Amino acid sequence: MSLKKIALTELDRFFSAIALKKKIYLPVEKAGQYDYAPWEPGITYHPEVLHTVKSAKSVFFPQSEDLVRYKRSGLSLAIAEVPPEDEEFVVFGVHACDVKGFEVLDRVFLSDPVDTFYKARREHGTVVSVMCPQPEETCFCETFGIDAENPGADVQARICEGTLYMEALTGKGEALLEELGGIVAEADQNGEAAGEGKDAEAYAKGAEEHKKIMDKLPLAGLTTEGFGAEADLLTLFNRPEWKELSSSCLGCGTCTYVCPTCQCYDIREYNTGKDIRRFRVWDSCMYSDFTMMAHGSPRPDQLQRFRQRFMHKLKYYPDNYEGAFSCVGCGRCLQKCPVSMNIVKVMKTLGGAAHE
Amino acid sequence: MSDNTSGCSGNCVPGMKKDMLVPQLAVVTDIRTDTPDVKTFRVKSLDGQPLFDHMPGQCAMLTLPGSGEAMFSITSSPTHKDYKEFSIKRCGMLTEALHAMEPGQEIGIRGPYGKPFPVDTEFRGKKLLFIAGGIGLAPLHSVIDYVRANRDAYGHMDILYGSRSAADLVDLEQIQTEWMNEKDTDVYLTIDRPQEGWDGHVGFVPSYLKELAFKPDCTAIICGPPIMIKFVLQALIEMGFDKKQVYTTLELKMKCGIGKCGRCNIGSKFVCKDGPVFRCDEIDELPGEY
Repeated sequence: MSLKKIALTELDRFFSAIALKKKIYLPVEKAGQYDYAPWEPGITYHPEVLHTVKSAKSVFFPQSEDLVRYKRSGLSLAIAEVPPEDEEFVVFGVHACDVKGFEVLDRVFLSDPVDTFYKARREHGTVVSVMCPQPEETCFCETFGIDAENPGADVQARICEGTLYMEALTGKGEALLEELGGIVAEADQNGEAAGEGKDAEAYAKGAEEHKKIMDKLPLAGLTTEGFGAEADLLTLFNRPEWKELSSSCLGCGTCTYVCPTCQCYDIREYNTGKDIRRFRVWDSCMYSDFTMMAHGSPRPDQLQRFRQRFMHKLKYYPDNYEGAFSCVGCGRCLQKCPVSMNIVKVMKTLGGAAHE
Repeated sequence: MSDNTSGCSGNCVPGMKKDMLVPQLAVVTDIRTDTPDVKTFRVKSLDGQPLFDHMPGQCAMLTLPGSGEAMFSITSSPTHKDYKEFSIKRCGMLTEALHAMEPGQEIGIRGPYGKPFPVDTEFRGKKLLFIAGGIGLAPLHSVIDYVRANRDAYGHMDILYGSRSAADLVDLEQIQTEWMNEKDTDVYLTIDRPQEGWDGHVGFVPSYLKELAFKPDCTAIICGPPIMIKFVLQALIEMGFDKKQVYTTLELKMKCGIGKCGRCNIGSKFVCKDGPVFRCDEIDELPGEY
């Protein structure tokens, strides 16, 4: 393991050096809320912020993007393609849950037939993950086997004792840290063997202390028992509890917009006056027109729409992607749902083991 | 005519595979009015090359930019390589706009999508019973013409087709001049209510099916309104058919066509990708959300 480091007080220099060559996205404060946005001089990174409002997925799967542009004139039609992303960029500060959220999207968008718009962004983006600061009581990433101390990605980082420690995990990550050679320092340069010096010690200790907090979280014991590829689809689908669980749902779709793994989209078009732009935009299975056709909808009530969202995350997705769940336990939906309904309540009600 | 004949403009990145969501350019060469609310559109590429290969039961996305995009079953048989036909009922904003088109209109097309009927495997050598209602004939049309083009590879063919009125029978001319004269083929037509000038059968498809009392020694292929499919399936079971002998094709709202936009699923299956053709015993394993 080759550990690099930079003092938190030097982070501006670090971001500036990256920004000379490429865009760098990180959690940026706007009107008291944090979301991923490009870094500019003057923007400060706040390592104590646990969650951005929306997940980091918008960097690879933007809320809205043009797919194709048309021009019509009389009977003729011209189709102009929208070129995919071709500039390198960096995403900094992604916590373990959101990193795993990328993997959930990857299985959908990178499986055949590949979504070339998403793929281009994935290929041009280098992800620097950071071990999250103090997790909150709504966190349950470990339920889905996520290692919060080792979030993965191209470069994995931890902030310990005022220092950002980084290790490259992929070729892309190595290349990034190499480019930053003049800015980041080698950890444990004072003749100590790799992995044994003071820096390595601090790095390891940071993880140990974090793990202790994780183990004490109120949702630490929540399991996926009763869900996943092994569960019986029709039994789960037909459980009478769906009615009660869904009764308070307003169908506002907030849960889907803040979710790192929700990937459903709509394709719509807009006439600019000069051309017709066909664009992709996030959509929500919680909305009544999501499945509405000229002759009606197969999910006419909120019960069916509510059930769809959770069956997708806990049963349908695992069925299609080798048992992997489409939830990373970030807890955003627990914090944002206006009627306090969420996946944890669904899992506790329908799951194999109670965790009251 | 547009100068953009490849469906790929100057913005195309050389060597990059076009995204599945980006359509290719095509032209509507012929428009046939079948019924008061159904027209059949013949679509060709601009350069005369085949648009793409498809098999009976597969679908394609058609777009008239400014009016939207939707999935339609391909009505023509793959044996007609130089064009695709789509029989489309006027029932919404896009189909309204499609019906208002004139020949020569350029449109966008992408496909083919979905799993076809197993015409070259399970259907081969079998007796076939087609049961269609209204515009539900569209996807079966492709199968029937495919069977006719390879007539000796299949057994006897029965076609039962019904609609609200005689005027609503799609492509009645071809049915009367070609299908009724096809070898080893029987065609049965019915309309919901009696009307002047109609001396054929009157009654709903499921009850006519029971009257005809087909032996359960054939493979049944059904398509029509959901309520018709339900009662036809019931009738077939009463007549001794096993669900494994019965195929149908389903329709749900679709946007991407490739199992990613997330709206056409029934349980873990996506109609656009895992369907639209399903064997009826497979449908039993899915939740009833369709």
